[in-house]
Amino acid sequence: MISLSQFLIVAAILFGLGVAGLIVNRKNIISLLMSVELILLAVNTNFIAFSHFQGNNAGQVFVFFILTVAAAEAAIGLAIMVVLFRKTHTIEVQNLDNLKG
Amino acid sequence: MTNFTMPLFSVAVPEIFVLCMACIVLLVDVFVKERFRWVTYALVQLTLVIGFLLTLQQYHDYPQPIVTFSGHYVLDKLAVLTKLFIFVVSFFAFIYANLYIKERRMSRGDYYILGLFAVLGMQVMASAYSFLTIFLGLELSTLPLYAMVAMQKDSRVAIEASMKYFVMGALASGLLLYGISIVYGATGSFEIFGMAGLLQNASSTQQAALLLALVFILAGIIFKFGAVPFHMWVPDVYTGAPTTVTLFIASAPKIAAFAITMRILVEAFPALTSHWQHALIAVSILSMFGGNLLAIAQTNIKRMLAYSSIAHIGYTFLGILAGPVDPQGYSAAMFYIVTYVIVAAGAFAIISILSTHNIELDQLDDYRGLNARSPWLAFMMLLLMFSMAGVPPTVGFFAKLGLLEALVAAHYVWLAALALLFAIVGAYYYLRVVMLMYFEEPKSNLVGTHISVTPSLMAAISINGVAALILGLLPSGLIDLCRISVS
Repeated sequence: MISLSQFLIVAAILFGLGVAGLIVNRKNIISLLMSVELILLAVNTNFIAFSHFQGNNAGQVFVFFILTVAAAEAAIGLAIMVVLFRKTHTIEVQNLDNLKG
Repeated sequence: MTNFTMPLFSVAVPEIFVLCMACIVLLVDVFVKERFRWVTYALVQLTLVIGFLLTLQQYHDYPQPIVTFSGHYVLDKLAVLTKLFIFVVSFFAFIYANLYIKERRMSRGDYYILGLFAVLGMQVMASAYSFLTIFLGLELSTLPLYAMVAMQKDSRVAIEASMKYFVMGALASGLLLYGISIVYGATGSFEIFGMAGLLQNASSTQQAALLLALVFILAGIIFKFGAVPFHMWVPDVYTGAPTTVTLFIASAPKIAAFAITMRILVEAFPALTSHWQHALIAVSILSMFGGNLLAIAQTNIKRMLAYSSIAHIGYTFLGILAGPVDPQGYSAAMFYIVTYVIVAAGAFAIISILSTHNIELDQLDDYRGLNARSPWLAFMMLLLMFSMAGVPPTVGFFAKLGLLEALVAAHYVWLAALALLFAIVGAYYYLRVVMLMYFEEPKSNLVGTHISVTPSLMAAISINGVAALILGLLPSGLIDLCRISVS
């Protein structure tokens, strides 16, 4: 039997990986989008684990909302990326340096 | 599901109306011919006006707070007044946008429809009474904003700004959600109603979990507000985005963010007051310090205003953290954020009005000698800058005064002194703009160029600029409204 804390540890690791991916990533934007998804899925894991161990369905309902929003967010992120690629012909993070100061 | 009760749809009429209209306008915009495109704009503005009137009616109809939709939705004075402010500010934001986006050939109908959906999201935020609706409102209001920033497809900086905004916004939502999941784990519920009671007799492990949750939720809120230490997106997005989008981002969402901050910190987490007070003290000092100091070094006026907005958010937090000791702090914070939003909208509007013929006039040097080219616009800018700096006859003075009073009443005299010091630092760069406009010669390539302003734009900016003065001369009405809303 997997305990609640084990679920939470997995979720925390996923969350940490996602945040680390956003912060240390120097390669391309697709991996940024993947990191964002990872963060949201870590949260989902948290919700489902809590929901299961408390015998309370509300957390699972929340997960459905998060999944929907994550899909919408990914769609917008990819759309922005396509526009960016059309304009600059690259999706490297390090080329996003026109704005600074 | 034995105890299901029908929600009171009548209290959510403004949201339902705006949602229906957004869908209708979306269809109309698809089928309407190119030369009748103004219909989209007119319909969106009509929606905002009717939404305003419907909400105004609710102000009289529901004197008592009502919680419905299974505890996810609340209609109280804070929600109603926040929505009224959001409608007014968005109405002005769209007036300012009309000509600007027409000149830049950004797809016109989409702009207003996305804006309308963002307004709907902000309405949901204002009325949210559970972490679920807070999250949904937040997402609904920010997702259209990402798209609006990227709307100027031929501008490299706008797309870059959009990408940065998107990544930072997604991270903020992630942090907020992680915090919410821990709250859910500790209490088994995510409704704000009753949360305070649940937390009163929390065990020590629950307390520890809630502290962790508070850290994440605060980080998410601070991200959305754009305060130090999560402010990195603000200058880039404000500079890169088309000016009218910057105007929109800098205005209405701040008021909605204030509403959810009040709900989460004050209504859900009164048990953790001393903890979030300490966090907000650090955040507000850093924001006022960082924002004001970095603003001095800027040569781009949009970037300068971005850093100034960070500083102003710091001031708003001062009111919220004084609130638990002296309730006047909450109304002072609300007054501050509302007046700041009016003033910031006006300042960005002037930048967008001057940026005709596809040229962005966003360097400070472009404002040299503005008085010689257009005395009235220069005077409006003077009023707005004075208000941001907090010079007496304008509204910014009373906003700062109210905050300082509340801080002193809450025994944070040292904090009030610090806020005053930073206000003086801030006055330098606002007054520099005024000095450039009145005591310098225009740049040679701008001498004698005519500034043409359409009557509707002129009316809007005049109302906006004069409002900064009138509200400063007669602030009591707005102060009373703010007091009612947070009582």
